[in-house]
Amino acid sequence: MAKGRVSIVVERCKACGFCVEFCPTHVLSLSSAFNSKGYHPPHVVHPEKCSGCDLCGMYCPDFAIYGMKVAEAKAAAQKAEKPAGGEK
Amino acid sequence: MLNVLNDETVNPVEPFLRTDRMPHIWCPGCGIGTTVNSFARALIDSGIDLDTIALVSGIGCTGRVAGYVKLDSFHTTHGRAIPFATGLKLANPKLNVVVYSGDGDLSAIGGNHLIHAARRNIDLKVICVNNLIYAMTGGQTAPTTPGHATTSTNPYGTFEPAFNLPALVDAAGAVYVARWTTFHVRQLARSIGEAFKKKGFSFIEVISPCPTLYQRRNKMGDGLDTMKYYKEASKVKNGAPTNEVGLTLNGEIAVGKFVDRDRPDYQTMMRAQYVESLGERYIEVTGEAQPEMECACG
Amino acid sequence: MKADPRGVLTGTHFVDGDHACCEGALAAGARFAAGYPITPSTEVVERFASRVPTVGGSFIQMEDELAASIALQGGVWGGAKAFTVTSGPGFSLMMEHIGYAAMTETPCVFVDVQRGGPSTGLPTLPAQADMMQARWGSHGDYEIIALCPNSPQECFDLTIKAFNLSEEFRVPVMFMMDEVVGHMTEKVVIPPADQIEVVPRKHTKKSVEDYLPYGTNGDMVPEMAHAGEGYKFHVTGLTHDERGYPNMTPATQDKLVRRLQNKIRNAADRICLFEEANLEGADVVVVSYGITSRVAQRAIDMARDRGLKVGKLRLITAWPFPEKKIAELATTVKAFVVPELNLGQMVREVERSANGMAKTYAVSHAGGGVHDPGEILKAIVEASRC
Repeated sequence: MAKGRVSIVVERCKACGFCVEFCPTHVLSLSSAFNSKGYHPPHVVHPEKCSGCDLCGMYCPDFAIYGMKVAEAKAAAQKAEKPAGGEK
Repeated sequence: MLNVLNDETVNPVEPFLRTDRMPHIWCPGCGIGTTVNSFARALIDSGIDLDTIALVSGIGCTGRVAGYVKLDSFHTTHGRAIPFATGLKLANPKLNVVVYSGDGDLSAIGGNHLIHAARRNIDLKVICVNNLIYAMTGGQTAPTTPGHATTSTNPYGTFEPAFNLPALVDAAGAVYVARWTTFHVRQLARSIGEAFKKKGFSFIEVISPCPTLYQRRNKMGDGLDTMKYYKEASKVKNGAPTNEVGLTLNGEIAVGKFVDRDRPDYQTMMRAQYVESLGERYIEVTGEAQPEMECACG
Repeated sequence: MKADPRGVLTGTHFVDGDHACCEGALAAGARFAAGYPITPSTEVVERFASRVPTVGGSFIQMEDELAASIALQGGVWGGAKAFTVTSGPGFSLMMEHIGYAAMTETPCVFVDVQRGGPSTGLPTLPAQADMMQARWGSHGDYEIIALCPNSPQECFDLTIKAFNLSEEFRVPVMFMMDEVVGHMTEKVVIPPADQIEVVPRKHTKKSVEDYLPYGTNGDMVPEMAHAGEGYKFHVTGLTHDERGYPNMTPATQDKLVRRLQNKIRNAADRICLFEEANLEGADVVVVSYGITSRVAQRAIDMARDRGLKVGKLRLITAWPFPEKKIAELATTVKAFVVPELNLGQMVREVERSANGMAKTYAVSHAGGGVHDPGEILKAIVEASRC
């Protein structure tokens, strides 16, 4: 069970390659798919190795990817299910 | 925003962005966006009230940061972010004023303001993204371009010595001087956090790729190649004498925290002087709203 | 609203124009100035530096006029009323930032105590040769308001007016003094604070969600917010939309720049101030401003003593220029006589506005002193004969 998971905002990606290169556990690689701008966004090839460190997110100059610890992600999902009380 | 996994999580940097202005204008492989991540991380970790932050930028690629961050932000004139920031801080001492601008903006046209603000030790946090070039206008020589790079205004190669920015601001009197590269995302975030805790003129230089102009014209590869070079060539030298940290073309990059000292900031000295001279007659500017500022409209 | 009494030095004073201008700024509520020394303006900020720490504000002498002219704008966005003071060479340096203030709609006052030019010129002697520069000095299409005091008393009164106009229209106001008005010492009466009207900042009362930094409610002047209040707004010198975001298209440019122009032009009737006398039945009208208007008064009196039908129109507001007034007068008078301490600047506006309906005689003077009333009288006599 991976400790972390990655979210990718495909349309923002410009395929600079930073996330692929600097992920410490080599979770990512550039896919062969295209986004609408013609770039190859990354995709997760080793999800089990993700620690949720968010180095990918810290490196991404286009704000197109981020990593989160699974526990945090679950908490965020629960919070989102609750009726609106805080700000969106 | 489109999200492959369609979940409820949010990129931690997202609340700091004007998402209605995405995508931004920076090139593929440009490091400016990376510095914004570190900046956002520093804001999160420091717990600073975002309402108190005013971000001021000049003109250039890095100058566009002001338009993309969801803070009170001011995109001013070329070279003059620092004096504008000074006015903000003096009128409202409660503000945490950040200057976020590029090497050309801050050290060429803005050079005079840089050294005077450092001399006065104005309480500003200056993040200088140094891509060694004037990027926005098409790749002209900057005071930081290392010799003998090729630029559009030195098509046969530069021959001028470049500024060593840490040495310059150190000599002028800055109390906090650090340099990182866009490879050092966590260290950069930490330095920015330290600068927020510091009272006085803090200067953080971030070496960043400009793959479209600087790297391309000098056949140095793309953004990723440059990041790998930063990783290889950087040496952490905390406390190094700043006159020894100059950059060369393709050479070693000294990074780290070079200067961290204490000396009273401008407003502290100003208050002390006025209290001594004027005693109780001195009325300090605190940043509380003045009665005449109340709206007369509607 | 009434002036803050802390800044009002009520009483009868014997001071020069520079000092009176400083008191006017304080009375208007100015609590921040950024300056750079330049003769003959320096005394304004020297006095401000001395007064303002006891009134609840601050002054900083910046490293140059480029810094001063934008530091004051940082002060405005930080919540203060702010100004700077300069003369010709400094005024030239400030032009980029006057344009920035116009574009970002930053309310502020730029005082220019005019001296002989061009370049270093005559640092200690008068001229009125920056008048066109006040209007056109920065690049691009924009409008400003310019006021011309002709006495130390007016240096006090009209400085307050300058601040009030800047707040009402969110525009930089040029306060066009000259070295004589700045350095002449006369009686200046400063009334009690409750007799001084000041216009407060047009601060928004909208919520963070509803506030549009450059949105207007039909009156062409947007509401303002200050840094630190939670609005998280963006200000830029780039062509921008109502959110303040850069939007560099011809459509946005047209909308924005026309509004910046029209917010002043549409209110020109209200903004234009002038002093008039004996215009009814006049053959010749002497149009003047600043110190020259006082010399002109002498010439007008001499001419009227000779039986010539001469009227006076003293410009208090130089910009926007009172085109309508001149056009109206041009249908009834034979000629305008326009003495200025320059080689012909505002006279061009008179000529343009008269549109051929009346003749225009310039009485130029290269600066360095004031006109001899005889020179102006000579022109009046010649104009009467035409």
